[in-house]
Amino acid sequence: MSASSPPVYDRLSLRQRLALRGIDGVTILVLPAVLFLLAVFIYPFIYGLVLSFTPKEGGMFANYQKFFSDPFLYDTILTTLWLAVPVTVISIALALPIAFRVRLMTRQRLLTTILVLPVTLGTVLVAEGLLNYLGPQGWFSRTLMLFGMIDRPLKLTNNYWGVFSSLIITGFPFTFLLTLSYVTGIDPALEQAAATHGAKSWQRFRFVLLPLLIPGLAIAFCLSFVQAFAVFPSAVLLGAPAGPTRVISIAAYQAAFEQYDYSMASAIAMIMATVQLSIVVAILAIRNLFYRGSTAGGKG
Amino acid sequence: MLLASSPFQEIRLDRMSRAFGAHNALKDVSLSIRKGEFIALLGPSGCGKSTALNCIAGLLATTGGGIFIDDKRIDTLKPEDRGFGMVFQNYALFPHMTVRQNIGFGLKMRNVAKAELDKRVEEALNLVRLQGQGHKLPGQLSGGQQQRVAIARAIVIEPPLVLMDEPLSNLDAKLRLEMRAEIRRIHNQLGATTIYVTHDQDEALSLADRIVVLRDGEIRQVGAPSDLYERPDHMDVAEFMGYRNRLTGKVISVEGSHVNVTVGNATLAGTARDSLKVGDTAIVAARADDVEAGRHSSQTVEAVVETIEYRGREFVGTARTAEGLELVFHAPQTAALGSAIWLAIDPARALVFAA
Repeated sequence: MSASSPPVYDRLSLRQRLALRGIDGVTILVLPAVLFLLAVFIYPFIYGLVLSFTPKEGGMFANYQKFFSDPFLYDTILTTLWLAVPVTVISIALALPIAFRVRLMTRQRLLTTILVLPVTLGTVLVAEGLLNYLGPQGWFSRTLMLFGMIDRPLKLTNNYWGVFSSLIITGFPFTFLLTLSYVTGIDPALEQAAATHGAKSWQRFRFVLLPLLIPGLAIAFCLSFVQAFAVFPSAVLLGAPAGPTRVISIAAYQAAFEQYDYSMASAIAMIMATVQLSIVVAILAIRNLFYRGSTAGGKG
Repeated sequence: MLLASSPFQEIRLDRMSRAFGAHNALKDVSLSIRKGEFIALLGPSGCGKSTALNCIAGLLATTGGGIFIDDKRIDTLKPEDRGFGMVFQNYALFPHMTVRQNIGFGLKMRNVAKAELDKRVEEALNLVRLQGQGHKLPGQLSGGQQQRVAIARAIVIEPPLVLMDEPLSNLDAKLRLEMRAEIRRIHNQLGATTIYVTHDQDEALSLADRIVVLRDGEIRQVGAPSDLYERPDHMDVAEFMGYRNRLTGKVISVEGSHVNVTVGNATLAGTARDSLKVGDTAIVAARADDVEAGRHSSQTVEAVVETIEYRGREFVGTARTAEGLELVFHAPQTAALGSAIWLAIDPARALVFAA
């Protein structure tokens, strides 16, 4: 037999080579989303950024200088944080134990439905309801007075606490569902293993469940926080928009639609975005310090 | 090394029961386990063996009966207060802890001092032959190594009882044999009282000092592996022990435990495992190894060869009788598919049960 040289094959076609890199016909389906993002997010963002550097009067940074030199404006950052951070922390603190309980229930759906209902109602309806319920003539104060626990109505609306409770009510379901999905994602065998090896319920939470939940809770925190930071309707309807609940979105609204200074409004929007982004980045950086792998205990 | 000091004599299950609604998953399971014994709970899926293990571990509440260590009742205790070690089917290692932290978990929960903890974790790592792997996360280990960590975690706390829930079922065949030997070696070395749940009779036979066969939530038979293998008490235990051939016929003679049964045109002889009298319907049970192709006689059954499987040192075939009954037999290399053969059952090895 003669030694024959190995056969030479044609090069792969362009289509095959693209497919090897994960690009095929399905990739085209991404296009609408890319166009959508460009049209409604990237373009407005860049437009707003440029607009914020072209103020009505003064130099490039005049808007920003104005914002950070006027306490009536820069205080809105703290006011908003003072609402958004406690609301987020308390939502998660409430969601966590409830999720742990719901995880063990056989009829999760009913409870989940009840908890999720506020989301579907919308902020305005909740605000109206709270005005009636928590207001000076509302049931809440009247009931407490009936039992003699207080002698005059509590002031719970048109101030910090009105906005606070509205944000909790509308934000909680979202936080809860997110937390529930993380909690149920943990292999129940891990908790059983911890228990059989001597961990009491607090230790099981502290050493096994919590460390596995931290990455999820960080995400839940970021999303809930961003939602709460953008508070607007309830701050106006239930709060004191001229004072204690003058949140940053109100400042932006006033700049845009009361002073017709779109450039200033854009600057405020950019500042708002920067604050949110820095908090989110900080949280995600902390998250990276923790274990972030699978929450299963071994092979399935 | 570790466990010699656990001060108890026996663990006793006294009519332990568990019902799920109207369904009794466990019915009056009574068993006394001596210190140091290796018990296998064997049965098909759904027989209640995992339920039994979870009840003993405390992960599932019992609905009747009691569990005792000597005279101390423990079925009312929470799992964390029972002090047992458990190896889970899917290992259930804590994914965010290193191997060392996983193994040391139980000691940490018991507030064992750091120096002592480190020493015992190191000993356990050596015992399961994972030296130098202590710093890794479970996700970086192979299935077999993960299972070793799970075993080390369970035994390092020197529990009076180690519970194992099908620990080898997720491993491939070769690793399963290795880990089986490993579990046996660790048991020999430590003498830890162990309850091992499995559906694999080979595992049970090779590991256990005593096997408990469960069926429908009840104990069918308890005995040494050789007892169960040679002398199963019930047809369903026999089935589990590899008596795959079952021929139904009429008893025509009984002499002591020696019984003759007519099956079709053949007369088969065997040892009675139930009390039988002439005229009873009976089942002759035999392992494939004890059924051989032979020459036509009044003691053989005619069947047509359907499959021949190569098993390395031997062939195992299946053949079907004219009545449609499938028989499994030790095949001569020459058996041709579709050919008629005469199958003889070794009378010394065949068992006869009441139908």
